[in-house]
Amino acid sequence: MSKQVSISSYLLLRNNQIVVDGQKVFENKDLSSTDFLQAAYDHFQINYPKFFKMDNLCKTGFLVAELLLRNQKLNEKFQPEEIGIVFSNANSSLDTDIKYEASIATAPSPSLFVYTLPNVLIGEICIRHRIKGEAACFVFDIFDAIFQTDYLNSLFETEKVKTCISGWADYYNGKAEAFFYLAETGKENSDIHNSLNVNKIFQGI
Amino acid sequence: MKVFIAGKGVISAIGNNVAENFASLRNLQTGVSKITVLPTRYAETLPAAEVKLSNEELAQRCGLNSSEPRTAFLSSIAAKEAVADANIPDFKKWRTGFISANTVGAMDKTETIYKYYLEDDNTDKLIEEDPYDEGYVTELVANQLGINDHITTISTACSSSTNAMAYGARLIKANQLDIVVAGGCDAMSKFTLNGFNSLMILDTNPCTPYDENRKGLNLGEGAGYVVLVSEEVAATLAKKPTTILAGYANANDAFHQTASSPEGKGNFMAMQGALEMSGLSTKDIDYINLHGTGTSNNDLSEGIAIQRIFGDVPKVSSTKPYTGHTLGACAGIEAVYSILSIENGIIFPNLRFQTKMKELDFVPVTELLENMEVKHVMSNSFGFGGNCSSVIFSKAN
Amino acid sequence: MSELIATLKVQIIEQLNLQHLKPEDIGDDQPLFVEGLGLDSIDALELIVLLQQRYGIKLANPQDGPTVFKTVRTIADYITAHKK
Repeated sequence: MSKQVSISSYLLLRNNQIVVDGQKVFENKDLSSTDFLQAAYDHFQINYPKFFKMDNLCKTGFLVAELLLRNQKLNEKFQPEEIGIVFSNANSSLDTDIKYEASIATAPSPSLFVYTLPNVLIGEICIRHRIKGEAACFVFDIFDAIFQTDYLNSLFETEKVKTCISGWADYYNGKAEAFFYLAETGKENSDIHNSLNVNKIFQGI
Repeated sequence: MKVFIAGKGVISAIGNNVAENFASLRNLQTGVSKITVLPTRYAETLPAAEVKLSNEELAQRCGLNSSEPRTAFLSSIAAKEAVADANIPDFKKWRTGFISANTVGAMDKTETIYKYYLEDDNTDKLIEEDPYDEGYVTELVANQLGINDHITTISTACSSSTNAMAYGARLIKANQLDIVVAGGCDAMSKFTLNGFNSLMILDTNPCTPYDENRKGLNLGEGAGYVVLVSEEVAATLAKKPTTILAGYANANDAFHQTASSPEGKGNFMAMQGALEMSGLSTKDIDYINLHGTGTSNNDLSEGIAIQRIFGDVPKVSSTKPYTGHTLGACAGIEAVYSILSIENGIIFPNLRFQTKMKELDFVPVTELLENMEVKHVMSNSFGFGGNCSSVIFSKAN
Repeated sequence: MSELIATLKVQIIEQLNLQHLKPEDIGDDQPLFVEGLGLDSIDALELIVLLQQRYGIKLANPQDGPTVFKTVRTIADYITAHKK
């Protein structure tokens, strides 16, 4: 049996709140979800102009990945191909699909079209954090912690990854929701990476 | 632990089943032509590789209601052919999965509804009530196949089907499932046609991958599936599997949302990873079925990465001049072609190739090669979002 | 010409979502791509859309993009030369 996989850190964005490892770090209930994403970007003093060009799904996921990874120094600890990212969501890229569909009537927008695939979020995070390992995106009705933990644990067991960003990022109908955690081995004081613990964190707020 | 391929099924612009596809491949019969099925203002100007059957005709063939999405019809026809081809005794007694990839889901339905929605926004309820996402297509077909142990949809753009096969193989190796029907499907839609056109990467003539004067890709549609089985299931089969899934890998290029890095870093890592898993050396690979879309960017990045890994480059060709680029389906369709290549000792040509690319030292195969010994085939699929996948099929001993 | 350049800067910021920039941050002769403003191939396509929608100018060959879209001034020159 290989080394125990654990959850070393997590981040949750839901109902205009951001929670890091159980601590609420940012909240603004009065804003629309798009304004909330912008406010969080400003609040945490993120400097990445490409953010403004992203669609809502990418902004949601990017922001959560950014806050999750900003102090992790992943690139010092691991080779790019040893880091994986696996996420799922319910509405794929539908928010942008609809906007792009509307643009076809006049001039189909290339910059909207490139965001009409949910896995482009993975691309954005990989570009930002120099991640070149396993990159997968699944579509489910609801977050499936059993699937997610089985999939990740098998990545660790077969030595595909040494660390992996895992979670859920969804944006539809003006509702942003994202949940990312970092799974690693050799972290003895962290929660064990199993569906029970992951679900508990996901239900958080 | 070996993962065997017990059956295969395909539908594309060059045929409605494996036999028809094989015949067209051998007869150098392209499926790229004027658009006649999809209603679009580009019918006269942008060629594509459509399955030349109406939704009603497809629905009748697969037994789904004709109001369902076109992607589901294509998926159903190819997946059922694959399951029938595998002919597994007591199919129901095994733990079985259906892992199907697609990128457009029910976009054709959304396009229809959207018109009504603009007139009356109460129509929006249709989108809410009838889930037209990618997973809906998978579930429709899983129900038809009677598969319910594990069903999922993978969406990683043009590498989706390879990732579906890799995930299926992983589930078998981890002893979670015994049989997995894996592959992908995608139908043509205005959405994708306009999108690729807005990126200015569509050729207004039939595409010419790996040609110095290539002008872009042609879109296509179709579906392709393989039936992956464990050693235990393989032992029960009357028809012994010809092929195994020997290796696969997925890596991110981490360069740009839609463009490949100039040196093909992700492509390189995917091919290298697949080779490592298979335990094969570059000399063992007899044929590479290229991603070869015909865009300036893809063919250059892929070509440079191949040159770097292989040095002495084996026989290569892109079959997209036959089928167009079928996006989420392409790796499923090309898996079937790779297996046909192994089973029949045939390498299919890269149609319409004329001029060597100045950046590369090698050229693709331009004629049908028969009576070849083809033991190991690599198939590449690289998608938007930097998602790069390679898979290796090997002759079963 | 200077009026056209000023208008273009506003339009470019809007079309390409460059919210971190103000028109005065973009120099008339500053390179727009790579080492300059860091625009990429998708931005080039959006600029083609901009020319088409706002100025009725069609740039059929994307290969012309790098020359036409070099700086705000080169875009303005192209518009002046091609506007009907």
